[in-house]
Amino acid sequence: MMQQHFKAWMSWLFPTFLGIFVFILIWSGVSTATEGKIPTPFVTWDAAVNLFSDPFYDNGPNDMGIGWNIMYSLGRVALGFSLAALVGIPLGFWIGRSLFASRSFNPIISLLRPVSPLAWLPLGLLIFNSTHLAAIWVIFISSIWPMIINTAVGVSRVPQDYMNVAKVLRLNEWQILTKIMLPAVLPYLLTGVRLAIGVAWLVIVAAEMLTGGIGIGFWVWDEWNNLNVPHILVAIIVIGLIGLMLEAGLVWLAQRFSYGE
Amino acid sequence: MNLDKFVSLENVDKTFHTKSGDFTALKDVNISIKQGEFVSIIGHSGCGKSTVLNIIAGLYGPSEGVALCADKEIAGPGPERAVVFQNHSLLPWLTVYENVMLAVNSVFANSKSKAEKDEWVKHNLKLVHMDHAMHKRPNEISGGMKQRVGIARALSMQPKVLLMDEPFGALDALTRAHLQDELMKICAAINTTVVMVTHDVDEAVLLSDKIVMMTNGPAATVGEVLSVNLDRPRNRLALANDAEYLRCRQAVLTFLYDKHRKEH
Repeated sequence: MMQQHFKAWMSWLFPTFLGIFVFILIWSGVSTATEGKIPTPFVTWDAAVNLFSDPFYDNGPNDMGIGWNIMYSLGRVALGFSLAALVGIPLGFWIGRSLFASRSFNPIISLLRPVSPLAWLPLGLLIFNSTHLAAIWVIFISSIWPMIINTAVGVSRVPQDYMNVAKVLRLNEWQILTKIMLPAVLPYLLTGVRLAIGVAWLVIVAAEMLTGGIGIGFWVWDEWNNLNVPHILVAIIVIGLIGLMLEAGLVWLAQRFSYGE
Repeated sequence: MNLDKFVSLENVDKTFHTKSGDFTALKDVNISIKQGEFVSIIGHSGCGKSTVLNIIAGLYGPSEGVALCADKEIAGPGPERAVVFQNHSLLPWLTVYENVMLAVNSVFANSKSKAEKDEWVKHNLKLVHMDHAMHKRPNEISGGMKQRVGIARALSMQPKVLLMDEPFGALDALTRAHLQDELMKICAAINTTVVMVTHDVDEAVLLSDKIVMMTNGPAATVGEVLSVNLDRPRNRLALANDAEYLRCRQAVLTFLYDKHRKEH
């Protein structure tokens, strides 16, 4: 029993560590080949330890710790993302429930959805006159599509049987929404939210490079201007880890709310 | 009130408008059901027997003709014509108790107190012997148990007519027989009117007072109506050699496999 447990564990652990090991090996190889232009894993590790020994220092708006930069970025994502949920989810319900709404919105959604998120940035700058709000606007517009579409698909896939139950019981619209639609759509909705948070976190880094200010995206750009490559590598790994955590958190949430058929 | 025509369909046609053109499912269907009667509708698959049930349920309106229940035209679905759905249709996010409570809450919103509702839900779950699994979710119980809960939910609405759409079709033979026996006991106890759609000849003869046999679609209609003159309570073992049981069984089989054989 113990042995089997150990075996199962090893069969997971071994390939994982092998993967990481080979990755670091290739990284070192690249570092040697570029004569240290790309810093070695050890140099990067030192830089990371140094950065995270004091992540929340504050020497004025142009020189703040990496922790602050991450917090600002997460704050923008949270705001843009929440606004997108607030607009996108009810809109998705409406589109899923009404053929009329679906016919009027679908062409516009199909047209606007493939647009690169950053293409919306100039409009945001123009309308809001603020780089901070413009970045939030870009998050909003890029994360709203998966939420609308997945919610609408979920609503249109609520089994007819459940709606027949609602009809036989003569449930009113509010009861249909809360007792049947919302629970039935929740797994779809959470898929939309998960896709959206992925997109939002991708986009914020790029948007902040353009807008400047405090944020992990601009921090990367700033370190490029300082030619501090180890910091850029640290940032890449940190951005990846945070994206992973956001995703994992929502997967966990989705599992809590999913029900067996 | 006309008790001989408690539920009736008069010259009912049903045409579905599909993308590939109009499809006439039912043509000139006439059925009348007495109060307290157990009626089965039997026919090959695709003969529109479920459509008949859905018209009585009010989920579909007839294209022509009229559907009546207790002297009133059936204008839409409602709890006085409760449906036991083929695939149980329990809401997977609610427990067994909550599924039945949803029905009780909407039917007896103002006429029962909270304690009375709770009592009534439990009473109906006891009736189908599911009170022990009250707090389980549908995915934690077997297919037969789900169907029991579906029946409890329908009964909890105190319907004038209980409509069942192949309620035991998806169950194994032993579970099916068991539930048929229990359904007979329940029907005897509460003396309700039942309309059941089935494709199982033995099930139809065992349970019914009257069997409505439908011709093959499209434009299906009532082919023959057979009265089953067997005393209740009925015992499936004793009936196996009963002359009336065998006569009825033979009549339905002849209708289905001789007169209206389905060509594939």
